[in-house]
Amino acid sequence: MRDEQNQTAKGFVEQVVALAPALSGARGEGLARFAKAGLPSTRVEAWKFTNLRGLDKLTLGPAPDAAAVTVDAIPTALETPGPRLVFVAGQYRADLSRVDDLPDGVVLSSLAAEATPMLGDGPLRTLNSALSSQGAVLRVAAGLKLASPVELVFIAATAGDKAALWNPRIVIDIADGAEATVVEHHVGANADAYVSNIVADVTVGIAARLHHYKLQAEGLDAWHLANVSTHLAQDAVYDTFVLNLGARLARHEARQVLDGTGIEARVSGAYAITGNQVSDITTLIDHAKPHCTSREVVKGVIDGSARAVFQGKIIVRPDAQKTDGYQLNRALLLSEQAEINSKPELEIYADDVKCSHGATAGELDEDQMFYLRARGIPRNAARVLLIGAFLDEALEEIINETVRAYFRARAEAWMGAR
Amino acid sequence: MSLIEIKNLHATVDGKAILKGVDLTINAGEVHAIMGPNGAGKSTLSYVLAGREGYEITEGSVTFGGQDLLSMEIEERAAAGLFLAFQYPVEIPGVSNTTFLKEALNAIRKTRGEAPLDAMQFLKLIRAKAKDLSMTDDMIKRAVNVGFSGGEKKRNEALQMAVLQPKLAILDETDSGLDIDALKIVAEGVNKLRGPERGMLVITHYQRLLDYIVPDVVHVLANGRIVKSGGKDLALELEANGYAQFGVTEAA
Ligand SMILES: Nc1ncnc2c1ncn2[C@@H]1O[C@H](COP(=O)(O)OP(=O)(O)O)[C@@H](O)[C@H]1O
Ligand SMILES: [Mg+2]
Repeated sequence: MRDEQNQTAKGFVEQVVALAPALSGARGEGLARFAKAGLPSTRVEAWKFTNLRGLDKLTLGPAPDAAAVTVDAIPTALETPGPRLVFVAGQYRADLSRVDDLPDGVVLSSLAAEATPMLGDGPLRTLNSALSSQGAVLRVAAGLKLASPVELVFIAATAGDKAALWNPRIVIDIADGAEATVVEHHVGANADAYVSNIVADVTVGIAARLHHYKLQAEGLDAWHLANVSTHLAQDAVYDTFVLNLGARLARHEARQVLDGTGIEARVSGAYAITGNQVSDITTLIDHAKPHCTSREVVKGVIDGSARAVFQGKIIVRPDAQKTDGYQLNRALLLSEQAEINSKPELEIYADDVKCSHGATAGELDEDQMFYLRARGIPRNAARVLLIGAFLDEALEEIINETVRAYFRARAEAWMGAR
Repeated sequence: MSLIEIKNLHATVDGKAILKGVDLTINAGEVHAIMGPNGAGKSTLSYVLAGREGYEITEGSVTFGGQDLLSMEIEERAAAGLFLAFQYPVEIPGVSNTTFLKEALNAIRKTRGEAPLDAMQFLKLIRAKAKDLSMTDDMIKRAVNVGFSGGEKKRNEALQMAVLQPKLAILDETDSGLDIDALKIVAEGVNKLRGPERGMLVITHYQRLLDYIVPDVVHVLANGRIVKSGGKDLALELEANGYAQFGVTEAA
């Protein structure tokens, strides 16, 4: 009975299983495990604030044939697009992708060719690995510095009025001393209902650097469930940022293990939501070894009846002396109904560490509004200025200037459209 | 022609009467000073004129350039040419002085039907005005008032005034927090703006500022009313005798 209460959206789970192709071996077992475990209800601590029950309202159907979908524009953060993989409704579109002109030592390909290992931890990862047939792989060989950012573009498409589910897998492997920049785009049309259940597995080798940015601008009826797991080796630099703008419900769950000394992990994000949107950013920064730095700045703007969730856990293992951890979480509430659930968690088992965290939630400052308007700036423009300044503090965390400017422009477009 | 006409203005904050029947008319070309003890309602008067929320007007009227000022939005008042130099300028982290002033100027130009200034034109203008006020390039690039000293904040108010060129400038204790050199610079900036079509309302607690911005008329505001008006000599008299004659005792 207990188990039952820990599950939700059973109708959705049943539909997923019924629609799944015949699977054998590990995949078949994975699907059976998912069917039994179901999806976590809000009684499960990690999902306390984010309710998947609404998935039950979807009528699932098969994803459309991607080859038949016309794509008008492919989003890019770059002035001239470089290498990229494009997926439509979860399926690889070679004709829209660009994988030529890559230096030797770089693999950028659709995952279909590779075997996808089964993943055990958590129902969504299990579901992804049981059903995932496609995805993106980027491997950069040791010592290689990839100059042009690589873009991974996921464009939604649905068939008729049925909702679709896809399970893309992303694998990023930056070998020792290598460097790369990856920009993920997840976009969709507002009218389309779909579920994108993404799993990303990232490894950054010794003294390697990865800049890993993600723009989530799904359609407003979409469910975006992403689970990123990152393993960092000694002296690695990992600079990651997620911007949540779209989706009816988006959960970006990112776990990073700092498994060597001298690692720098920058795990930040921003969101701007309205209506009934839910934006959930859940992170785990696991300091396993000494002398590492982690920095996390998550800020967002909440309008309408939207709700944001921030769960930021930092673990400092007994071994991880001289850890320097910083976490800041701030929310700007633009309406009476707007809500933030913030849960910072510090678990510190070492004694010689420096860890600080802060969380605030507030409204637009009335004195600042008055000051701007008293100089002739109309109310709306004044709000845009203040919201922009607020979000900027998070966007500044993005090291790549081009990407930062693009994300800022997208956030500004959100403000302008309100 | 009268620029602003304040008639029998009553205002309350949280049900507490602060302004209790202010009458004041400023004609184009005139500089008026308001002096008065702390808590008299000087800042309240300036905020009510600028349109700040939280004040209830219970009686009276204000006409500005022929329009009913009290029914206008805050930004409409600014666009109509009203400018308040704040006693306590507000800090706005993350918004640069340049962006702020450019937005303000172009918003005001827009309501006047004028084309916006482009980035180059604007930069040229703001640099020239900043130089007049001995402000560095760094100050105009920094976030609005963030990390500014008290004097720098007041200079920044003067810069905004110089850029926006208001018809009526209300200066609320612009002298507070200024050393004598800064005071001279700011006063010079203000004097530059004096002209036959402009008016000024200089609020101050001390006579000192009026040595540099010489008023045409001086008023005494006490207990929410103008209790006495006179020429510039009134300021000197107040300096000598204090406000006790108006039935108020000042905390030191
Ligand atoms: N927000 C407020 N709430 C309550 N009382 C206020 C508020 N603002 C001002 N007051 C009161 O109004 C009176 C006038 O204040 P103010 O206009 O600031 O005076 P002045 O500028 O002449 O020193 C004072 O008694 C002050 O305490
Ligand atoms: Mg005052």
